[in-house]
This record gives sequence, structure tokens and C-alpha cells, in this order.
Amino acid sequence: MKVFLQPRVVILLSFVLLWQILAWCLQSRYLPPPSAVLFTLWEQLVSGDLLRHLSATLGRVIASFTLAMLIGVGLGILMGSRERWNEWLDTLVIIGLNIPALVTVILCYIWLGLGETAAILAVAINKIPMVIVTLREGARAIDKDLLQVAQVYRLSPLQGFWRVYWPQLYPYLFAAARNGLALIWKIVLVVELLGRSNGIGFQLGNYFHYFDIKGILAYTFAFVTLILILEAIFLRPLEKRLNRWRE
Amino acid sequence: MSLLQVALGDKTFANGVQTLCDVHFSVESGEFVALVGPSGTGKTTLLNLIAGLETDFQGHIQAPREALSYMFQEPRLMPWLSVENNIRLVLDAPPLQADNERFARMDKLLQQLSLSVFRAAFPKQLSGGLKRRVALVRAFVTQPQLLLMDEPFQSLDEPTAQDLRQLLIQLWQNTRPTVLFVTHSLNEALQLADRILFFSARPAQVILDYRVPLARPRSPITSDLQSVQNQLLQHYPQLLSGSLAKE
Repeated sequence: MKVFLQPRVVILLSFVLLWQILAWCLQSRYLPPPSAVLFTLWEQLVSGDLLRHLSATLGRVIASFTLAMLIGVGLGILMGSRERWNEWLDTLVIIGLNIPALVTVILCYIWLGLGETAAILAVAINKIPMVIVTLREGARAIDKDLLQVAQVYRLSPLQGFWRVYWPQLYPYLFAAARNGLALIWKIVLVVELLGRSNGIGFQLGNYFHYFDIKGILAYTFAFVTLILILEAIFLRPLEKRLNRWRE
Repeated sequence: MSLLQVALGDKTFANGVQTLCDVHFSVESGEFVALVGPSGTGKTTLLNLIAGLETDFQGHIQAPREALSYMFQEPRLMPWLSVENNIRLVLDAPPLQADNERFARMDKLLQQLSLSVFRAAFPKQLSGGLKRRVALVRAFVTQPQLLLMDEPFQSLDEPTAQDLRQLLIQLWQNTRPTVLFVTHSLNEALQLADRILFFSARPAQVILDYRVPLARPRSPITSDLQSVQNQLLQHYPQLLSGSLAKE
């Protein structure tokens, strides 16, 4: 495990070191050294602000991620397996893929009001078309020979789906989840900046207002850390477990 | 009353290719029947029709679909399931769930085919011969009345294929399912079957219904089998190309 982690640690440490040196040389208020950023981070942590905003953002991320995956996976499978559905919905998917995130966010706020529903929906709408496209590929790549095995050996339709069809989609589900998480973080912050009174995006807006670079970097650092932890304790082990048979 | 009755008028694919035409035969319970004919004459299609995998045809097929197993040309194991879980998959199908003996039967078959040490292995880790063994266990563990086999040993080296033929005969003699075995090798058919149905080229018809005049156990190199084979081919030199013509 130590050997495995080392390159990741080394690259992070050298990045911080470079940053520190650069900050020393420039002596500019626009590039505070890592030590100052860490101090701000500590202040925010102790005051409770950091956790409050972080958990608000995390809540929105989880809600919109779940919503986008449920709808996207369902529609993706339908469109991948039934050409009829694909013909009808394909144009909408292409439009959805190309509409700027900002447009959906602003429209959702105007039409649904500056509330939590609008925020979560706006993020989900941005994510759904990407999930659809990925899962549609997955549904098209399903091995029909294996479905025939399920049919011949009289598995019930539900068993056939969960035990023969669904496992074939795992790689696509992972791709969708991983790209999705990255995209959703980014859009959630925009949504918070524009119309919420808590969350990391809201807080970054405040710091921007006062040109407080330390604060901006402290919060960025906090959520980058959170993403790395989520990836390490949740996504990577799960993916490894489900991919055991490929070795 | 025969276990299997086939009375096919016509099977034409959507692209207009007529594969089967006027195929009539019936098979008694416990009989081992080989289907021999040139490749590409629709023998696989015939098995798929009997299994109910294809339903668009003219005519009538009566088959015990509730107690049927099918061993395909490729082993068609679920690559993400271990050997044991591949077997358990078909044992969990609704018709078998009430059968308390089913796991004991699986253990016995795995042992009989020397697969016990491979229970936890994934299909990717097994040789072609071992994969076929697993497929054999899967086919027999459900105690079928009718077992369909589509050139199951075709892509194996000869000694491995010979092992599997002997295992197949052992398993068949224990539980006596009716077997329909597609092959293009006359030697294989003579070695395994009670009866051989010879098919013509496309559109396929049964051109000869031949009862194998050999006692069991048989071996592929005995003079009996060789002389029966020679006699047949002397009498019908073009039998294997699907014709009874003398010249």
C-alpha cells in the first residue's frame, strides 16, 4: 500500500513546495504561501464555517448526483436497447449535451425560484445527458448470447436483468459516475454562487468580493481533499472489487 | 408419445434466406440423436427454434421447454461469476428453487468432472476444456429432459475433445436425458449417438435417418466404428455434403 501511494504523495508534496518557493520569491498579496492558506483553513475549521459550507455543498452534490444517475441510467438503457426510444430522444440528448450549464442554472432559478429544488434540478439536468450517452453505449454493447443463456435456463425476467444484464453495465456505470462527480462539483459551485446563501460556492463568492485569495485557496483545498478521500475510500475499492474477474 | 416432435414448414430469415424447409422428425425419451450436415445449413437455427430462442417460423414444435438445457458452441459462462456462481445462477431459476437436492447435485457433478478445485476460479482463468466442463455441469445440474448441444467440442484439441465426449456419455447414462447433438464430424456422431439425422444443404431437409448399429461402450478407433463409417461413405459418397447421390 505504501509503495502504491508514494507517487501520489510525492507529486502533491512537490507541488506544495513549488508553491511555497514561488510565494517567497514574489512576495505578493495575490499569492499567499501554503502556510498562510493552511492557517485560514484552520480558522475556518475551528469556527465551524468550513464544515457548515462543505456539508451543504456535499448534500447538493449527493442529491443531484443520485437524481442524474437514476434518470440517466434508466433513459440510457432504454435508448440503447430500443431504437424507437433512441429516435425520439436523441435530439433532446444532443441539445442537452450542448446547452451551457449557466443557461440551465439561470433558467431553473427564474422558473422555479431561488430554492433548493431549482439548484439540485439545474445540476442534474446538466449531468443527465452525459449519463445517458455513456449508458446507451453500455446497453448497445450487451452480449446477447449471455441473455440467451438466461432465457434457456428459465431465469425470471428480474433475475435475468440483475444477474446477467446489469453486471455487463458496470464499466459504463463507473465511467458515468466518475465523470459525473467531477462535473457536478463544478456546476454545484456555480449554482451556489448564483443563488444560494450557503455552500462552498457561496463562500467563494464572498471571498472574491473582498479579493481574499487565502480564503479562496483554503476552501479549494478543503474540497479537493474531500474528493480525493471519496475516490480513495469509495470509488476505487468498489471498482477493484467489481473488476476482480478481469485479472 | 415422443418427447420431441418437430414438424417445420419453413424458416426464412428477415433477409430472405430460407434455411429450413420441411423438416420432420421425432425423438423418443432418452435417445441420443446426432444431427449431421454441411456447415451453414441451419442446424443451429433448428436448435434455437426447439429451445424457443427464435419464434418466427411456420410449423409446429413440441418440446419440453420447462426442462431443457442448451450447451452452445461457445461455453457462454458469465465472465464476472466464479465457476460455482455460474452453476448457482441456473439453480436459482424459479423452476428449481424448491428443489432441496440441487446444491448436493452441483457438488457431486463438480467432483465428478474434477472441477472442485476450480470452484472459486473465474472463467478467464480456465482453459477451453475446463470451460466446457463447467458448461456441461451447468447443462446437467438442472436435470433436463432434453439437452441440446451445438458442436460443443468443436474448437478443442482432439484429446481434450475425446475426454469431454467420454464424460458426456457417462453423464448421459446416469440420468438419460434426450440429447440432440449437432456436429459436422461423422466420426463424432457415430461414437456418441443412437441415431443420426443427416441434413441436406440449404434449405435443409432430413435426407437420411440412420440408426447406429454399434454397441456401447464405443471408442473412436475401434475397427467396428471405422468399418461402419466406411460402409456409409461408400454407399453415399456425398453424404457429408448433404446429398444421397451416388456420383
